Amino acid sequence: YPISIINKINVCHSEVLSFVTADIISTVEFNHTGELLATGDKGGRVVIFQQEIENKNLPQFRSEYNVYSTFQSHEPEFDYLKSLEIEEKINKIRWLPQKNAAQFLLSTNDKTIKLWKISERDKRPEGYNLKEEDGRYKDPNSITALRVPVLIPMDLMVEASPRRVFSNAHTYHINSISVNSDNETYLSADDLRINLWNLEITDRSFNIVDIKPTNMEELTEVITAAEFHPLHCNTLVYSSSKGTIRLCDMRESALCDKHSKLFEEPEDPSNRSFFSEIISSISDVKFSHNGRYMMTRDYLSVKVWDLNMENRPVETYQVHEYLRSKLCSLYENDCIFDKFECCWNGNDSVVMTGSYNNFFRMFERSQRRDVTLEASRENSKPLQVLKPRKVCAGGKRKKDEISVDSLDFNKKILHTAWHPQENIIAVATTNNLYIFQDKVN
Amino acid sequence: MINTMECAVDAQSLISISLMKIHNSRTQRGGIKLHKNLLVSYVLRNARQVYIKEKYAEIYRMQQYEEVMTVCNEIQELNPLDVEAEDREEEQLERAACCGEAAAIHREDCVKEPEPGFYRSCCMEPAPHYEHFTLTNTNNNNTHCNKTTVLDLDTHVVTTVENGYLHQDCCCDPQTPQRKRKGDFGCGASDPEDVPDFSTARKRARREDCALPSLEYTDTSNISNLISIFGSGFSGLLSRQADLEQICSKPALASLGAWTRAIVAF
Repeated sequence: YPISIINKINVCHSEVLSFVTADIISTVEFNHTGELLATGDKGGRVVIFQQEIENKNLPQFRSEYNVYSTFQSHEPEFDYLKSLEIEEKINKIRWLPQKNAAQFLLSTNDKTIKLWKISERDKRPEGYNLKEEDGRYKDPNSITALRVPVLIPMDLMVEASPRRVFSNAHTYHINSISVNSDNETYLSADDLRINLWNLEITDRSFNIVDIKPTNMEELTEVITAAEFHPLHCNTLVYSSSKGTIRLCDMRESALCDKHSKLFEEPEDPSNRSFFSEIISSISDVKFSHNGRYMMTRDYLSVKVWDLNMENRPVETYQVHEYLRSKLCSLYENDCIFDKFECCWNGNDSVVMTGSYNNFFRMFERSQRRDVTLEASRENSKPLQVLKPRKVCAGGKRKKDEISVDSLDFNKKILHTAWHPQENIIAVATTNNLYIFQDKVN
Repeated sequence: MINTMECAVDAQSLISISLMKIHNSRTQRGGIKLHKNLLVSYVLRNARQVYIKEKYAEIYRMQQYEEVMTVCNEIQELNPLDVEAEDREEEQLERAACCGEAAAIHREDCVKEPEPGFYRSCCMEPAPHYEHFTLTNTNNNNTHCNKTTVLDLDTHVVTTVENGYLHQDCCCDPQTPQRKRKGDFGCGASDPEDVPDFSTARKRARREDCALPSLEYTDTSNISNLISIFGSGFSGLLSRQADLEQICSKPALASLGAWTRAIVAF
């Protein structure tokens, strides 16, 4: 890896993929090799892209991501008992590490998790004894000889089939799923509970965290995100709406209500406002690949925590501090409730997260450098290097700067993903998926 | 202290906006979002705290004036001389002057020494539990407001609210002169713009008023209509709304307090 990625990343526009449908992208996830990129949308569809590397031998190689498979993962449902509609929106997708020729991923909506098998078929059998080519059954009396069917090549077909359906385990809305490093279990988290599943068993799950108070009137916080440690199969973390993160060790007890570690930064009293509770709510938590750190995203900042230090983060990055004085309007138009995600690059040297006006931000940790980039058709042409953006918080606006008041709050980047090995990033605007990659000079 | 300066709208508007959000969420597709509603309830609580403080400051000022007027009338009644009708106008002018003076003096005095029974408050709810101090509290589980004792950490003043009336019991340290109290019931009229200083939220005993004075409902009927959604605690979000007429009744006030307690509970 280059040492300074921000300098060299010269992020250029590799490919713009947009969806014909009006469905809003709700999740983006690379698989473990980065070869596949999955997106989920509000309509319950999953679209998987596959990396195709052109001219790998040439110094300047470009990756392209093309549609590999599309399928309807979840459908809208109706809970008759509660008279509630269950949205088909895909909240999260998580890939399983590849074990055989097929690929597996977990996708979840508010209530149900599904395990999907994505497999390739490039041969088909021909020469059945009892069936015609079109599938009609032959009259057995007309068969005079037997032959062995042969497999003949066909156009590649990618099939997705649901292998497991994990349902009826969550009263509240599922916000996270996370596959354990043991590759046998995974967790699912809703507002108040976290359940542990075995990938093979759908009719049983174990509840490992329950923060539901006996009296719902005493409810003060909810679970906002949860994740397994990438290396230690006994460790998981979950974040709360109060801005705290709890690390739990499943070896300690069956029910992990009592945390092993509590990560919390004291609130700055001078910043107290009507909206202090909202902006301190954590919207995403992600372990670093090496498992030594974790990153949290709240409304205005990204924080990196050392797992060995609970009382404060080791790094704090302001994503869009200029919004602090606009919290009231952002509350009125509901933007303050937007849940931004964050991600690490492959070697944990850079963190990335989205913002408004189709901006997204990258923070390089060691050099303390950051950049703001924009994902939009107008500003990007293939192979063009992205120009850094700057928001003018106040005072005189310089040329090329954008004032806070002209930011488009309907254009938000909530979901971003970084290729696990290369400098390729996927950035989702409302309807479009942008894939950028490092321009190699 | 909640910094209200940066907020473009005032506390009352925030309350309306918040209640509308909660109301709308009930018809949203996918069911009520627990997380969002919890966050909105925090804004609601913060806005109510500021709103109530501002109202109390206003009420205090009004009450002070009434007190002064009463004092003036009493002084007048004690006067053995019979007042002629034609002199009454003159009288009133004098009275006004006297009241003006009395009010000024009274205000000054008040700065130094607050008087009991001054504040008409509705039932007080137990303050939220904070780690850093203990709260002597009676009838914590009672839905009916009874007696609440609060210790103000800054002034070391112990205050008891009994049956809706606020008394000042004693100063913990008899040597400490009674200085101007900061906070909710600070005497010495504070202007609406001069939001009381709370130092940090954690140090201050907070009390939640479970209802606004009844006159407020006529002004903010919108709010009261939506408050009725919370007939019973936080779970009131999921249940049907209570009658509007019940809002001002004591049981309703108590249950509203339960709701308040829910959202302030830490």
